[in-house]
Amino acid sequence: MSQKIRVVIAKPGLDGHDRGAKVIARALRDAGMEVIYTGLRQTPEMIVSAALQEDADVIGLSILSGAHMHICPRIMELLKAKGLDDVQVVIGGIIPDVDLPKLNGMGIHGIFLPGTPMQHIVDYIAANARARV
Amino acid sequence: MKSVADPAGTRKQRWEREVVEPALGKSPERKGPFTTISGRLIERLYTADDLEGLDDTNHPGEFPYVRGIHPTGYRGKLWTMRQFAGFGTPEETNQRYQELIAAGGTGLSVAFDLPTLMGRDPDHELCLGEVGKCGVSIMSLADMERLFDGISLADITTSMTINSPAPMIFAMYLVVAEQQGADWRTISGTIQNDILKEFIAQKEYIFPPRPSMRLITDIFAFCAKEVPRWNTISVSGYHIREAGSTALQELAFTLRDGLEYVQYGVDAGLDVDDFVPRMSFFFNSHSDFFEEIAKYRAARKLWAEAMKNRFGARNPRSWALRFHTQTAGVSLTAQQPYNNVVRTALQALAAVLGGTNSLHTNSLDEALALPTKETATIALRTQQIIAHESGVTNVVDPLGGSYFIEKLTQDMIDGTLKYWETIDGMGGMVAAIERGYPQQELAEASYQFQQAVERKEKIVVGVNDFIQADEKPIEILYIDDTASGVQLKRLAELKQARDNGRVRRSLAALQEVARGRGNTMVPLLECVRAYATVGEMCDALREVWGEYEEVPVI
Repeated sequence: MSQKIRVVIAKPGLDGHDRGAKVIARALRDAGMEVIYTGLRQTPEMIVSAALQEDADVIGLSILSGAHMHICPRIMELLKAKGLDDVQVVIGGIIPDVDLPKLNGMGIHGIFLPGTPMQHIVDYIAANARARV
Repeated sequence: MKSVADPAGTRKQRWEREVVEPALGKSPERKGPFTTISGRLIERLYTADDLEGLDDTNHPGEFPYVRGIHPTGYRGKLWTMRQFAGFGTPEETNQRYQELIAAGGTGLSVAFDLPTLMGRDPDHELCLGEVGKCGVSIMSLADMERLFDGISLADITTSMTINSPAPMIFAMYLVVAEQQGADWRTISGTIQNDILKEFIAQKEYIFPPRPSMRLITDIFAFCAKEVPRWNTISVSGYHIREAGSTALQELAFTLRDGLEYVQYGVDAGLDVDDFVPRMSFFFNSHSDFFEEIAKYRAARKLWAEAMKNRFGARNPRSWALRFHTQTAGVSLTAQQPYNNVVRTALQALAAVLGGTNSLHTNSLDEALALPTKETATIALRTQQIIAHESGVTNVVDPLGGSYFIEKLTQDMIDGTLKYWETIDGMGGMVAAIERGYPQQELAEASYQFQQAVERKEKIVVGVNDFIQADEKPIEILYIDDTASGVQLKRLAELKQARDNGRVRRSLAALQEVARGRGNTMVPLLECVRAYATVGEMCDALREVWGEYEEVPVI
């Protein structure tokens, strides 16, 4: 059995612009990863519980509405509380530069801004996903 | 043109053989394929042969309006320069409107925040971090009064981008107009009120498709009687395109959505000519110049013929398709953002050459944030330069008769009719949406496009070619959480100050009408006057109709 990287792609908050999330989900799947797309309007609790249920190695968040500084800390807190701190969290969307260091400080390093090539995201996840045992 | 046509195409074949081939031998063409941004293959040359069978006898202002709905084009009235704006509290947005009016903007266009668009009050758990971020927060009539403070609704037209909660927000607007002493029979503006494209593309839906369609036909019926100059719906392709469709899919799905609304109106007992004249459309203007122009020309002809032949409309105002255009936000780049001014100018020019009736030009910082005052002003100036300096407004449909444009227009028409046949075969657009058909088409097209960008078959300047390593960041509008605090406090105060008994009674009356067959606008106006919130009104209807949940298509 191959050890496929398992990725939960999630759209938190109220925003419905899901083009990016879906394109990335498909690119990761085409790159051989196991992708679970949560659909729209997920609370941080729902996302973390999906990660737990799906035994995810990576959570990919798509946020374009500007709510990332509220959603990300909550998700990181919940992951820690559930003992999932080795799950790699990455985020794509519209993120002002001033927020980048703050997100890094929470442990989110894979931050993909508009125009990022899909291949770059695939490579980053392949290199940084937690090791499967 | 017809007299010199050459149906067998022998002249073009001779030219290819005797002129093109030797030239290619000396210097070959660039590496193809030569396609539009939508992947449509474009030939090297179009000639009179391509116009064979096309009817070019209709002029602007004449059915089927391919060359425009006004006989004098922009020589009479220029398009409305309508810049979409909204953020933070109602007071902050009101300030931006006053500035836009002072800068020569000729119509308002309200952007609401996500909680308002989704029919949630700011204290709901899903509103975390969203209040006032992507638009202005409007919770109740009190906020609507603040939004239009000092702006005379009798003298300006207002477009409101609101869909699922459109009836609630529209009712608020009507009550503010009434407070100002403006006559419902003469005020004008537009509500987007287009739920089908929400299911297809933008996903800001609340209720399932069928009760959602009823809210819309209720507005058609209400306005036909009470607010006759109001544009009751803006059937939108903009979001379909932004979500990744091709130009043809945008055209075909949007117009088919329009047909669905007309059918539901007719099924609800309305006369076509009583409500169709107040329907309008909203298209995207993307980067492929000629394809966009052809799209607008095709739209007018397709709509006119469908209204006349499919629905038997007799009023020419039912035949004439009026549309707003917005330049393509999705085409703008975070990299080298000043390049976006050029992209937007070209897109705006395409919309004008296609005969748009109103236009929003995006700001250069679109891919980064909501616009600053400066970038919003440059966007408006772009339109003013096209209108007053370029000279393109002197003549009606300047590209009419171009072999290429006319052929592309006809191809758009043929392609649309094919999509309509498929959707009709599924039982209409609501049924097609329920089985995920347009959603699937978009998912496929957007993935194809992204792959073409990855492979560099499509060049995006500054993104996958002509990259600049040492870019300096530009100043952007950063929206903090002040609005959220203000609005949460106001919400609590409102619930203390108003007559809560009246609110409860009005919401119960709304539910009763929703369960039955009456027009929902009537009880909604009473809810609004009682200062019920958007969240409360939507929750009342959620209890009756339930909420829609989509099965995601990747």
